[in-house]
Amino acid sequence: MDQSTSTTGQPAADNTVDAPTSDRALGAPLVELKSVNKHFGALHVLQDIDLTVRKGEVLVVIGPSGSGKSTLCRAINRLETIDDGTITVDGKTLPEEGKALAQLRAEVGMVFQSFNLFAHKTVLDNVTLGPRKVRGLNKKDAEEQARKLLDRVGVGNQAGKMPAQLSGGQQQRVAIARALAMQPKVMLFDEPTSALDPEMVNEVLDAMVALAQEGMTMIVVTHEMGFARKAADRVVFMADGQIVEEAAPEEFFTAPKSERARDFLSKILTH
Amino acid sequence: MNDYLSGLGALLQQYDVLGAFWTNIQLTFWGALIALALGTLLALMRISPIASLRWAGATYVSIFRNTPLTIIMTFMVMGVWTALQIQLADNFEDNFFRLAVVGLAVYHAAFVCEAIRSGVNTVPLGQAEAARAIGLSFLPAARLIILPQAFRGATAPLGNTLIALLKNSTVAAAASVSWETSSTMKTMIEFNPNYLWEIFAVFAIGYVILVIPIGLLTTWLSRRLAVKR
Repeated sequence: MDQSTSTTGQPAADNTVDAPTSDRALGAPLVELKSVNKHFGALHVLQDIDLTVRKGEVLVVIGPSGSGKSTLCRAINRLETIDDGTITVDGKTLPEEGKALAQLRAEVGMVFQSFNLFAHKTVLDNVTLGPRKVRGLNKKDAEEQARKLLDRVGVGNQAGKMPAQLSGGQQQRVAIARALAMQPKVMLFDEPTSALDPEMVNEVLDAMVALAQEGMTMIVVTHEMGFARKAADRVVFMADGQIVEEAAPEEFFTAPKSERARDFLSKILTH
Repeated sequence: MNDYLSGLGALLQQYDVLGAFWTNIQLTFWGALIALALGTLLALMRISPIASLRWAGATYVSIFRNTPLTIIMTFMVMGVWTALQIQLADNFEDNFFRLAVVGLAVYHAAFVCEAIRSGVNTVPLGQAEAARAIGLSFLPAARLIILPQAFRGATAPLGNTLIALLKNSTVAAAASVSWETSSTMKTMIEFNPNYLWEIFAVFAIGYVILVIPIGLLTTWLSRRLAVKR
């Protein structure tokens, strides 16, 4: 596979590093959710969610805990099933089960709050496993790609170690490399820095900002407003299973329109 | 005193005690091998996304775990061989031996399945989610991610099952494997009741000597193989 443009499998972005990210041209719709509903028992956790993410867009989903933002993120690669509505990725409706679903998941990278590196495999094996077993890459090519990706997120010297020997920040960067190794069309981040010690948050955010600047389509559930301001094109504020507000990051953080968003921001900005 | 010792010595030479133990070791070896394969398959069924397979696996475990081994062994001879006329070898001895191995295997597979399932429970859900997220479907995810960690988490309960299997191999007597330890012991006592305690002691100590290393080995292995998280 041609890697010359970018290891993410997408053409390198036109925008330069310094350009304000919200100004860059966005492509066609890549992820589309239409009237998506989900219940956890009596709790209506996703209520009629409509959301479109365009190619190259970086979307930050923010909101109080229990608002449904993680569920929304997990529903996009069907780690959570939905009750009704449709979710399409690159024009393809999310399949119910089986091979087709596995194929679609391979195109959607996922980074978890708790890293979830394969605990019995080395860092290098974590990154090569998907490309070898799902994409059918041979060992040499897969390892070459993996080392490049590990270098890119700054953990190239950890390739031979087991995940438990790494710090949280290093593990999460390996998890990003593992997801990128599948050359996904879109990357989902489910609170990627929430389980990290404070001093390790930035190394992960830096890797994410770099990824955003290369033009990767990203859906990021996070409370990191610095990241949202620096890298996001759009912020979606969720509360009680609904999308309450959508705005450009600056606009959202400085002049939120809804009472819920004002209330939420005042609580997280007090200190 | 000399008469006593030489009498006991003659008795132990008259009967093939070591050979009897060797038979139980062989029963255990083959029984464990088949039980491990069958138990792994059952565990896969029980964690699979297909409801009918989960049901079939659970039903198997319920039936075989809750049936006394003696009944299964007797059934292997009376039911499988005599009534259904299924023969596993041409000569009597091999046939009974293999019937006993199958009986031991189908019974202990239920326990192996549950031991592996307890191992699966030591694997955090996030491991399966990460496997699915990179596009692995159920079987590859189970083979590459879940089971390798589950086996390592199940070393101690699997060791316990192996110990139980070794001791339960004496129930092969119920499947007409008359040259194994418990049958040999009974015959020896029957003809030499004056050495009752000594004969008991020989067989009991023999099993303790066999079982203790298994326990030590699996405890050591379960520590060594534990997945660090």
